[in-house]
Amino acid sequence: MSTAIDGDVRIYLDPTSERTAIARTLADRPASLEGKVVGLIDISKPRGDVFLDRLETLLTGQGLRTVRFRKPTFTKVAPVDLRHEISTKCDVIVEALAD
Amino acid sequence: MGIPLPEGIVAVVKADCPTCRLVVPVLAELRAAGVALTVFTQDDPAFPAGLEPVDDTDLDVSVALDLDTVPTLVKVEGGAEVERIVGWSRPQWEKFTGVAALGDGLPEHRPGCGSLTQDPAVVERLAARSTGLRSRRLELARLEDEAEAFFERGWTDGLPVVPPTPARVLRMLEGTTRPADEVVAVVGPDFADCTVEKAAVNAVMAGCRPEYFPVVLAALEAACTDEFNMHGLLCTTWFTGPVVIVNGPIATEIGMNSGVNALGQGNRANATIGRALQLVVRNIGGGRPGEIDRATLGGPGKYTFCFAEDEAGSPWEPLAVERGIPEGTSAVTLFAGSGPHGFADQKSREPESLARSMAWALDGVFHPKLALMSDAVLVVAPEHGRVFREAGWSKARLRSRLIELLTKPGAEIVAGAGGCAEGMPEHLAGADIPKFVPEGLLIVHAGGAAGMFSAVIGGWVRGDIGSVPVTRKVKP
Repeated sequence: MSTAIDGDVRIYLDPTSERTAIARTLADRPASLEGKVVGLIDISKPRGDVFLDRLETLLTGQGLRTVRFRKPTFTKVAPVDLRHEISTKCDVIVEALAD
Repeated sequence: MGIPLPEGIVAVVKADCPTCRLVVPVLAELRAAGVALTVFTQDDPAFPAGLEPVDDTDLDVSVALDLDTVPTLVKVEGGAEVERIVGWSRPQWEKFTGVAALGDGLPEHRPGCGSLTQDPAVVERLAARSTGLRSRRLELARLEDEAEAFFERGWTDGLPVVPPTPARVLRMLEGTTRPADEVVAVVGPDFADCTVEKAAVNAVMAGCRPEYFPVVLAALEAACTDEFNMHGLLCTTWFTGPVVIVNGPIATEIGMNSGVNALGQGNRANATIGRALQLVVRNIGGGRPGEIDRATLGGPGKYTFCFAEDEAGSPWEPLAVERGIPEGTSAVTLFAGSGPHGFADQKSREPESLARSMAWALDGVFHPKLALMSDAVLVVAPEHGRVFREAGWSKARLRSRLIELLTKPGAEIVAGAGGCAEGMPEHLAGADIPKFVPEGLLIVHAGGAAGMFSAVIGGWVRGDIGSVPVTRKVKP
């Protein structure tokens, strides 16, 4: 005897946040860095500054403008205000991830 | 009731019931006698033939009528039930319907059968339908292996899980007074909301009993604070995971182990509470090894690491009391810890001597030449605890002695000292440097009665840039 609820199908509950990752397209890559402001982001891991200092020298040597940012700690996500500031002050960014 | 009932007499039957089949001619007689009769059928929409049965295979009407038995006759006036009878009994049916000489040739009476709504297989399904559980449904066909289905979806920690049926989740929710849709925590690394219901789904999967659930919720709240920093703890290359230490009466009430093998396997509450937390981090927070969990080696404690303090046998006040929770109140303390590192001292009978052994064991946390980097939990087992009790050493005294013993001249531990490149920054060479800060050295009492051993649970990066231990009350 088949009824709408006779157990042919077993039902379970989804344990996840039910967020499927939203695919976001990358921002358009600039054809050239000319006239762009380059953000240099230090996540506060040791020696990230060494890497970014060198990069800054190279970029400014090409006549580009750079802005430096620093996350308070590498173990936490960047505060929302910092993220906003980065998005308003530069055209492209380079982030130094690990030591 | 919510479902409008037709005026007159409503009969609910199922084809699978011999008494229902027996009374089919009687129902036909009633219809012929001009009774306003509506027949609802629970299983076969074509039964009983010729009586224009109304399909109730989704059981909406049967549930609304809260039926135990079929056949049931219900008298409806003004859309509401005024009277009902169950089974077959000629005198009852004649009186109820006002039609005489019913069912010629039938036995005088016959008990009914169980309503399909009482079928155990159906009860679970009905419960799920009517509860307001909001989680997305996963449907598996009869021949699908449910354990494999959960592995395939990446929803387990590598061990099989208990399949979270709606009925099991409902039973888990009975373990708390908190509403299912309340948000318990925002869980990193995805920073997704975890409702009480979602926590219950994962607690079912972990194998928890409902009475453990308040501890799971408290642990989850504590883990997802900014101070504890579950996000960073999950992402780190370091070995650590959340260690849950339970204090107060609930530990005994739910049968947690604080004695023999307290940090080991075999106790359901210890094992499943810690596991439930980690499953929430995985499934709600999105924390999966190899993705955002970047641990170099990890550790077995990342499956589950939860134990109770042995308060009754302790020479000292419980950890949670020391951390501001009133005596007799249940609480959890979350510590970002790696696996336990045991050490022996079978000869010390004096607290000063034993404290030195403990200091040596603690010295290796993170690196012997790195100080103020990490916190630690010292788990003192009963035979070591006894030494301090007999000598009248308070926990505070032991802690301050350990910090003294673990304070070293900077010159010994700066980078390069002792022939080892690792170490503290060179500008600290002239300073005396303590290994731990007092609030970062947690001392608890647990373990079996035999063994002059204790254990160190080393921490992660301490303080605001890493993790701070967090204590939270367990709410009912």
